[in-house]
Amino acid sequence: MAKITFITSDDETIVLDGISGSVMELAVEHNVKGIDGNCGGVCSCATCHVHVAPDDLSKTGPASEIETDMLELDDNTDEFSRLCCQIEISDALDGVVLKVAK
Amino acid sequence: MSAMKKSELPDPFEKARMERGFGELNDQNDPVKMLLRHKDVRKTAHNYKTFQSAATPGRIVVPSEVNIRETRQIPFELDPPIHGFYRAVVEPWFKRPLQEDYTEKLTEQINSLIEETLIKDKAEIIEEFALVLQSRALTLLLNIPFEEAERWISWGVHVFRSEDTALDGDKANILYNYIDEQIEKAIQKPGEDLYSMLLASEVEGKKLTKEEVKGVMVLTFAGGRDTVINAVTNAIAYLSDHQESLDRFRKEPGIISKAVEEMIRYFSPLTQMGRVVTEDTYVCEHATKADTRVSLCWASANRDATVFENPNEIVIDRKINPHVGFGFSHHNCLGASHARQIMRVLLSALAEKVGNIEVFDYKENIEDLDDFKRKVGYDYLWAKFNRLKN
Repeated sequence: MAKITFITSDDETIVLDGISGSVMELAVEHNVKGIDGNCGGVCSCATCHVHVAPDDLSKTGPASEIETDMLELDDNTDEFSRLCCQIEISDALDGVVLKVAK
Repeated sequence: MSAMKKSELPDPFEKARMERGFGELNDQNDPVKMLLRHKDVRKTAHNYKTFQSAATPGRIVVPSEVNIRETRQIPFELDPPIHGFYRAVVEPWFKRPLQEDYTEKLTEQINSLIEETLIKDKAEIIEEFALVLQSRALTLLLNIPFEEAERWISWGVHVFRSEDTALDGDKANILYNYIDEQIEKAIQKPGEDLYSMLLASEVEGKKLTKEEVKGVMVLTFAGGRDTVINAVTNAIAYLSDHQESLDRFRKEPGIISKAVEEMIRYFSPLTQMGRVVTEDTYVCEHATKADTRVSLCWASANRDATVFENPNEIVIDRKINPHVGFGFSHHNCLGASHARQIMRVLLSALAEKVGNIEVFDYKENIEDLDDFKRKVGYDYLWAKFNRLKN
């Protein structure tokens, strides 16, 4: 199990326990504002953009090439940007802090 | 190589996409340079300053509608930042399909249509199934009485297109006059419907005008008609060739949303969308003049082998699928949530009730794009749904 913290654009902090599936699915299930996951998690809509806290990037790993191509054309993308449908939940993710981009 | 199946949609763009990256189409003496590569399509869609949408109404549509339409479609034929102000007004309404009660009603509609079809010896899938499904579902999107669907069904499949000509002004007028009437009705007696919501909305402190409300409604009617009908009909044809996918949906309902994205990629119900070039520039290293047109060819980008493995196959649980079937960037499809929900509910309802689908007779609908002939769906498709035996 992993504790995952979301900070929304209006500064609400939501802490969720995740067991499996993607971070996007967990966020959508709990109505985290700014994470819509319109495409169901196949990396085609960029409605699950998060900024990983710099210290936590080792837990999530960097964005893949397909993700980067997608993010390149999104607003306020930086080196900590990920599409969270592409982050699988595992114990390794425990304690991660994600700032929702939208 | 396996024999061509009836549900296949071949990719006519492959050679041109690999060799030079664009194609040329003469549309009513306003030529279009069609961009064919995934990367170019996405970059160009994002660059609204050089490739604009806020041109003469109808000009960014291919084939051009400048001769049959004066009303600007909103927010579609606007550019940022103004585009964003209007988009923000309509966006929450077009997200309603994600709500539970909306999905429940849609499920009831689709279940009962499948039951109606199961008892027929055969059905013409476009007229008797896809058109009916699309029209009924639209009453949910507009939040108006179910009975109104009958009128839209009576218009037939093509609001803009007729059998003889690609663009039919008389047919378009049926829709425009109807929308004018409905707007007047909503002014007299406001309700909980989309017309009334729009009439009560403001952008930058000003109420939307009747013409602006009409612009949103024309977009809502026109954008979701042929596209949804083609997606539904192509899905039925695919499932008739691939009974095993129905079995998989029953065993693994979790893949249905991935299957929908994959079908949207493969079918690409909207072949392309245009933009007007605002300054002399280059596309695919080819000089392109101001005030000419380019198009973003979603159908070609969605078969780009540099992005998609086995691009010409439906991989029903494709996990990474950055398709552009709903467009890309600022102008991505406003009706996408509605369309996705229709397709998700349809696939799960078919899996629940239908064992297999037999196709008897069909005629392919081939779009003529000068250098390219693209199958987009069918003119007719006669089929029988066979009930799942437990």
